[in-house]
Amino acid sequence: MRRITLWVLSTISTLVLLFSYHTSTSSTARAGTSIIAPQTTTATGSTATGSTAPGSTTTGGSASGTTASGTGSTSAAATGSGSTATSGATAASETVDGSVVSTRFGNVQVQITVENGQITKSVVLQVPWNNQKDQQINARAVPTLNSEAVKAQSADIDIVSGATYTSEAYLQSLQSAIDQAHLS
Amino acid sequence: MTTLEIPVRPHTTTGVTPTLGRKAFVEQVMGMPVSVHIRATEPNRVDIAAAAAAVFAHLRKVDEVLSTWRTDSHLLRLQHGTATTDELHPWLADVTLLCLEAEDRTDGLFSAWRARPAGRTVFDPTGLVKGWAVAAASAHLETVPEIAWSINAGGDIAVGTGRGMHDVAPVWRVGIEDPRVRGQIADVVTLTRGGMATSGAAIRGAHVLDPRTGSAVDRPGSVTVVGPDLLWADVWATAAWVDPDAAQALMAARDPEHHLIRL
Repeated sequence: MRRITLWVLSTISTLVLLFSYHTSTSSTARAGTSIIAPQTTTATGSTATGSTAPGSTTTGGSASGTTASGTGSTSAAATGSGSTATSGATAASETVDGSVVSTRFGNVQVQITVENGQITKSVVLQVPWNNQKDQQINARAVPTLNSEAVKAQSADIDIVSGATYTSEAYLQSLQSAIDQAHLS
Repeated sequence: MTTLEIPVRPHTTTGVTPTLGRKAFVEQVMGMPVSVHIRATEPNRVDIAAAAAAVFAHLRKVDEVLSTWRTDSHLLRLQHGTATTDELHPWLADVTLLCLEAEDRTDGLFSAWRARPAGRTVFDPTGLVKGWAVAAASAHLETVPEIAWSINAGGDIAVGTGRGMHDVAPVWRVGIEDPRVRGQIADVVTLTRGGMATSGAAIRGAHVLDPRTGSAVDRPGSVTVVGPDLLWADVWATAAWVDPDAAQALMAARDPEHHLIRL
């Protein structure tokens, strides 16, 4: 019985992988490097799907179904928000402000709009405009971030690593805004 | 004849993950926003909030002892000769020993000591303290039953589980920022337990010194190290930023459970 279940699950996984292929290449994220620390005893870690599917967060990417992307997480492991969305709940929209992050250059703050657990919009509320150089940096960084906030969520990212100064402030503020969605 | 019955752990996982809620705690500590994320079936439990508070308290204490910004930190009081060793926190000794070990393990690619032009050697453990502090603070979460946790301290990440989550531990998807395109995610690493640190110059500019030459490492790109523990992932990331090839060879020989991602 268990083998049949496993077989069915792996078949579904393969199909899901197959169908979601073109979306994963069109997203900005490269194919996920699956690295699990050696002491891990996760039994489901054998295939790519096995390790990603149970990891879908409660904000599971596929819930709102506006695009085909994120279908990889619609397997049996789809969590809370996914099931409420499919049961025909109305699009609950919520706007939350990230906390203000102080940087050497000034304060930075991001606001995001969450619909059905997905970020649909992000707006930079505060940026440091103290001098010419900051304005140049921000002119480039802010538009990027506005679209990236949405992209990052569609790639179903839980955490962001590798930030540096100005962009650290932005990314941390974005992370903080995503955090805010989980604060209550 | 007596029969011993060996208790069998009920096998509850056939690919089904329990529905986990998620809760975030964010505070500004050690000069950066630190976020603690908890996944649990009931993330609003009081013991979870208490454990998260303990993590932040731990980091604040580390800042009191080891900050290189606060003139009243134990580290600076020691360096300025305004405190006797009896008044100082034993963490200073722990960190000094770890810095020696890190220098040893990386063949000097990581070093907390640098020579000043005047000839006086300066001890600056900042490159090790963040990873060490977060890894140590996470002990407060490891004892909490039925949770999975992650800590993001300014881009350095530790994830793990509390008690009783071994079979059903969820995966965290960690995006690595593209060092060439601000705000864009260049790679994704899935992690259930372990640490992950990124080092690079990017916008902040060259801030890591090559201990062999004393000059700043200034080139595009970034390096990320994933391993079982944030302390050593962080040390190796710094070493790999100084010399990726040498660090990769040393890591393979001495800490083979670590992985290097170059961007």
